[in-house]
Amino acid sequence: MHLQVSAVCKSFGYGSNAKQVLDTINLDLHSGQFLALVGSSGSGKSTIMRLIAGLDRPSSGEIRFDGQLVRGPGAERGMVFQKYSLYPWLTAAQNVAFGMELQGRSRAEIRERTAYFLEVVDLVDSARLLPRELSGGMQQRVAIARALAAEPKLLLLDEPFGALDLQIRESMQEFLYQLWQRTGLAALLITHDLEEAMLLAQQVHILAPRPGRIVRSIALPSDRSNLAHLRVSPAFLELREDLARTLRSLDGALVS
Amino acid sequence: MRSSEAHPLTRWIPLRRFLAQSWVLGLLGLVTVLLFWFLATASGAVDSLFLPSPHVVWQAGQSQWQSGLLVKDAVASIQRVFIGFALSAGLALPMGIAMGSNLTICRLLEPLMALIRYMPAPAFIPLLIIYFGLEELPKVLLIFIGTFFFNTLMIMDAVKFVPSELVETALTLGGRGLPILTRVVAPYIAPQVFDTYRINMASAWNLVIVAELVAANEGLGKRISLAQRFLRTDDIFVGLIVIGLVGLTIDLGFRFLMRKACAWAN
Repeated sequence: MHLQVSAVCKSFGYGSNAKQVLDTINLDLHSGQFLALVGSSGSGKSTIMRLIAGLDRPSSGEIRFDGQLVRGPGAERGMVFQKYSLYPWLTAAQNVAFGMELQGRSRAEIRERTAYFLEVVDLVDSARLLPRELSGGMQQRVAIARALAAEPKLLLLDEPFGALDLQIRESMQEFLYQLWQRTGLAALLITHDLEEAMLLAQQVHILAPRPGRIVRSIALPSDRSNLAHLRVSPAFLELREDLARTLRSLDGALVS
Repeated sequence: MRSSEAHPLTRWIPLRRFLAQSWVLGLLGLVTVLLFWFLATASGAVDSLFLPSPHVVWQAGQSQWQSGLLVKDAVASIQRVFIGFALSAGLALPMGIAMGSNLTICRLLEPLMALIRYMPAPAFIPLLIIYFGLEELPKVLLIFIGTFFFNTLMIMDAVKFVPSELVETALTLGGRGLPILTRVVAPYIAPQVFDTYRINMASAWNLVIVAELVAANEGLGKRISLAQRFLRTDDIFVGLIVIGLVGLTIDLGFRFLMRKACAWAN
């Protein structure tokens, strides 16, 4: 898997009303890598995600996936939205099976993979529950299982834990990190939470707002044996403060 | 807890609980009206030609039932409503989905439909009679005209409010075109569609009676207009009550279907 974003610009609107949201974005992402984009609102981070998913088209520049120009959405680029993306009329298990059904896989395969991915996200006991009967964290785990079951080569995570409580968010971060280690998937995470990006990703790009552009890229140490420990280690906190200063200087807003 | 006389507030709890059940007050309202109806006629305050007593209406109903007229009329009216409304509902569903999901189709048809929607369906009766005579077709078409545009526009609105995340999720899972309409859009709007049908079914009932008042050999509306000619207000009351009861039954049927089919939305 190789994702290549080359000199991508995006504007909305026409003529004098045109508003540029992305300015010359370049990204590279290979199999097994975990990349995070961090920026405040207005940095166009969700737009980048939508362009890579194929839900929108770049105004200029190109996005290639395994050498092929991205022209629309496809199952090889799975996406987890911030919220409201489970089908409310389907049970947890049916939601997980949904993508595989769209792909026309065999019944036996769907049943087997649904059971497997429900186990991966630890929701076997909730298989028959409707989304409204699940907590926010459980719902996002179903959404992740559904994306994984469709066998993407790249997982796009658009602020997947943004709507969750802090404590649940921390356990979900642990969960996601372990999942990524186990599956060896390529992942691209969008977040405004600097700590989240630094805990999970191997590389973090900082975005400046209006128009969105990458202003700083940092490679992160690879020792993540204990995320809870990492959160409070001096080196980690120092780097976090350094990056937070960068973010603050970009739009004057307070970023933790 | 001590006996219910212990405190003035606790004494009324059983009665309050009884009244809190939704059907109790509804029944009370109905009984009250029946009572006033009975009193008004029994006291002789109102001329029995204008307001026949409940008893007389009941007898008129019985005689219509025994002669088989009541069933024949009801079946004729119900049949017209069902054929006309089935046509309307069946065509409005794909049309509404097409207009709600495709901007070009929507822009093309919405102004036209919004215009026709405001033309009162009964105003089409003279044209329908000129085109199709006095048989079943013009009556069925009247119901179609009177409900199709409302059905379509309401379904279109439901489609427009499908959250984009649900559609986009399906796209990123490898979904395309028609399966997205049938597996995402259709299930999401199902509760609103049932409700749309339930609401517009009431107009279908209005229209079938109007059509039968103008021209028909049988039907509940026809019976009412015949009764008027002979000043049989008791028969008119029978017709009105039966129309109400059949309509209510259909309404409850739709609610039941919706509860069964869309348990997730409750």
